[in-house]
Amino acid sequence: MELFTNQVLAGIATGAIYACMALAVVMIYQAIDHLNFAQGEMAMFSTFISWQLMQWGVPYWGAFLITLVLSFIGGIAIERILFKPLAKAPVLTNVAGFIALFSIINSSAGLIWDFTIKQYPTPFGSSPFLGSQLVSTHQAGMIGVTVLLLLGLYFFFQYTRIGLAMRAAASVPESARLVGINTSWMIALGWGMASAIGSIAGMLIAPVVFLEPNMMGGVLIYGFAAAVLGGLTSPFGAVVGGFLVGIFENLAGTYIPGVGNELKLPIALALIISVLVVKPAGLFGRHIVKRV
Amino acid sequence: MSAAEEVVAEGNEAVEAVPKRSMTMGTGTSVVVLLLLIAVPLFAKNFVIFQLTQLLYLGLAVLALNILTGGSGQFSLGQSAFYGIGAYVTAVMMEQFNIPYFLCLPVAGVLCFGVGFLFGQPALRLSGVYLALATFALATAMPQLLKLNFLEPWTGGVQGLVVTKPDAPFGLKMSQDMWLYYFTLFVVLAIYIFSVNLLRSRSGRAFMAIRDNEIAASAMGVNVALYKTLAFGVSAGITGVAGGLSAIAVQFVAPDSFTITLAIQLFLGMVVGGVGWLPGSIVGAAFIIFVPNIAEGVSKGLSGAVFGVILFLVIYLVPHGARQVAILGQQFAGRLRRN
Repeated sequence: MELFTNQVLAGIATGAIYACMALAVVMIYQAIDHLNFAQGEMAMFSTFISWQLMQWGVPYWGAFLITLVLSFIGGIAIERILFKPLAKAPVLTNVAGFIALFSIINSSAGLIWDFTIKQYPTPFGSSPFLGSQLVSTHQAGMIGVTVLLLLGLYFFFQYTRIGLAMRAAASVPESARLVGINTSWMIALGWGMASAIGSIAGMLIAPVVFLEPNMMGGVLIYGFAAAVLGGLTSPFGAVVGGFLVGIFENLAGTYIPGVGNELKLPIALALIISVLVVKPAGLFGRHIVKRV
Repeated sequence: MSAAEEVVAEGNEAVEAVPKRSMTMGTGTSVVVLLLLIAVPLFAKNFVIFQLTQLLYLGLAVLALNILTGGSGQFSLGQSAFYGIGAYVTAVMMEQFNIPYFLCLPVAGVLCFGVGFLFGQPALRLSGVYLALATFALATAMPQLLKLNFLEPWTGGVQGLVVTKPDAPFGLKMSQDMWLYYFTLFVVLAIYIFSVNLLRSRSGRAFMAIRDNEIAASAMGVNVALYKTLAFGVSAGITGVAGGLSAIAVQFVAPDSFTITLAIQLFLGMVVGGVGWLPGSIVGAAFIIFVPNIAEGVSKGLSGAVFGVILFLVIYLVPHGARQVAILGQQFAGRLRRN
C-alpha cells in the first residue's frame, strides 16, 4: 500500500508538468481550434530567453516577468506574421505550418544556445516537501502555480468582458463578429496567452528535465495526451488530465511486469485511448453537436 | 448536459471536399509521366536510380495516406507503424524463411490490411484530433514493440535485420538497382490503378460521402462503420506494401527507422502533394526526400530552420499543394488552346 501511495504521489508530481503544458495546449485550442504542435518549442524558446536574461544578471523573478511579456508579444507576432495569412487555408495545411514552425524554432535554438544540457534554477528550492522523499518543494511549487494559473484563467474567461469575447469568438465566430467582436485579434490574443502560459510551463519544467532544445519533446506528447484526455474544451479537464496521465504512467511502470521506461508511454497512451473510446470528447469536454 | 451548453458546429469539415474526377490526372498527362518514369533510369547512375526507387515507394506510402485522409476524411499519424510492419514482415520472410521477395509483398499487404482494419474498429468512435492521438499512440508504440525480447529470434531486436538485394530474373542484363526500380514501378503502378478505380467505385463514393458529411452518408444508407474501417484497412495494406518495398531497396530494417518522424514526413508529403489528389503523392514524396538535402546544403547548422522556411513558402504560395499547381497549369493550357 505504501508503494502505491508513493507512486501516486510521484505521479502527481510529474503530472504537474503535464498539467501545465496541457493547459497551454487547451488555451490555444480554445482560441484557434487547432492543436499547435510547435507549442512545446515555443515554450522551450521562452525558457532559453529567461535563462539568457539570468546569465546577464537579471534576478529570477525579473527574468520571469520579462520572459512572460516577451512570450506574450512573441506569440501575437507569430500569429500575425505567420498564421494570419493561412487563416483561409485548409486545416491540414495549418498543421503543416505548425510542423514548419517547430522545425524553425528547434533549429534556431540549437544554433543560438547549442545542444548542451544546461542547469536551470528553481525559486522554490529542491528540499523534500513536508518530509516526503518523492515530492520536492519545487514540485509542490509547480503544482501550486498550476492551480493558481487555472483559477486565474477561470476568472478571466468567466468574469471579464475580454474573456467572454474570446470565448464567443472561438465558439461561434460569425455571430461574435456580428455583435462587434474583433475575432481576428481575439485569435492573436489567444496565441499570446498560450505562449505566455507555455513559457511559465517551460520555466517550471526546466529545473526537472534540464534546459536543452529538445527538452519539450516528451513533455509535449504527454501534455497533448493530457489535454485530449481531459477534453480539449476544458482547462479544468486539462489539469485533471495532466495529473491522471502522470499517475497512469507511474503505476503502469510499477505494477505491469515487463514495462520498462520504454513501454511506459505506449501503455499510458493505450489507457487514454480506452478512456476516449468510452467518452469520445474527453472526461470533461463538451460534446459538439453537428448540424447536417 | 443542458441544451444551452451544446455548441452547434456547421460547415466545419476537416478535409475539404474534392470531387472524384479531380482526384486523378488526365490520360494524356498520365502516359507522358509513365513514359518518363520508364525512360529515366536508362540514362541515370545507380545512386540516382536508388533515389528514384525511394521516390516511388515513399510516394506509394503517401498515396495510402491520401486514400485515408483525402478519400474518407480520417486522419492518421500512425502510418509509420503499418509501414514498419510491412517492412518487417517482408524482411523476416525473406531472410528467415527464404521466401522470394515478390511473394512477401502480398503477404505484407494482406497482413497490414488486417491490422489496419482491426485498428479501425476502436478508432471508429474517434474523429479529428482524438483520432490523431490514437494513431499517434500506435506510431510511438511500434518501435518499442519491434524491440520486444520474444520476437528477437526473428526480428534481430535493436540490431535490425539485413536483407539481400534480389538479382534481375530471366538472365536479364540489368543492375540490381535498375531491376528493383522497374519492379517497384510495376507494383506502384498496379496499386495506383487499383486506387483510382477504388475511388471511382461504389466504395470510393461511400468514402467520399463519409468525408463530406457522415450523418448524411449514414442517412443515405452507407454503412459508415464498415467503410471507415475498410478505408483504414486499405490504407494500411498499401502502406505495408510500401514498407516491404523499402525493406528490399534499403536492404536493412531496424526498429528506429519506423518512428513518428516517418509518419510526420508522410503527412507533410500529403499536404505538399495536395490532399485528395493521388498523383500529387509523388510530388509530396519528392519534397520529403529532396528538400531536407537542399536545406542541409544551404546551411548545416540551420538545416531545420531552412526546411521550415521552405515549407512555409510552399504552403503560402500553394495552400492546396501540387494539386493547385496542376489546376493552374490546366487552366493555362486551356487558355493557350483557345487563342
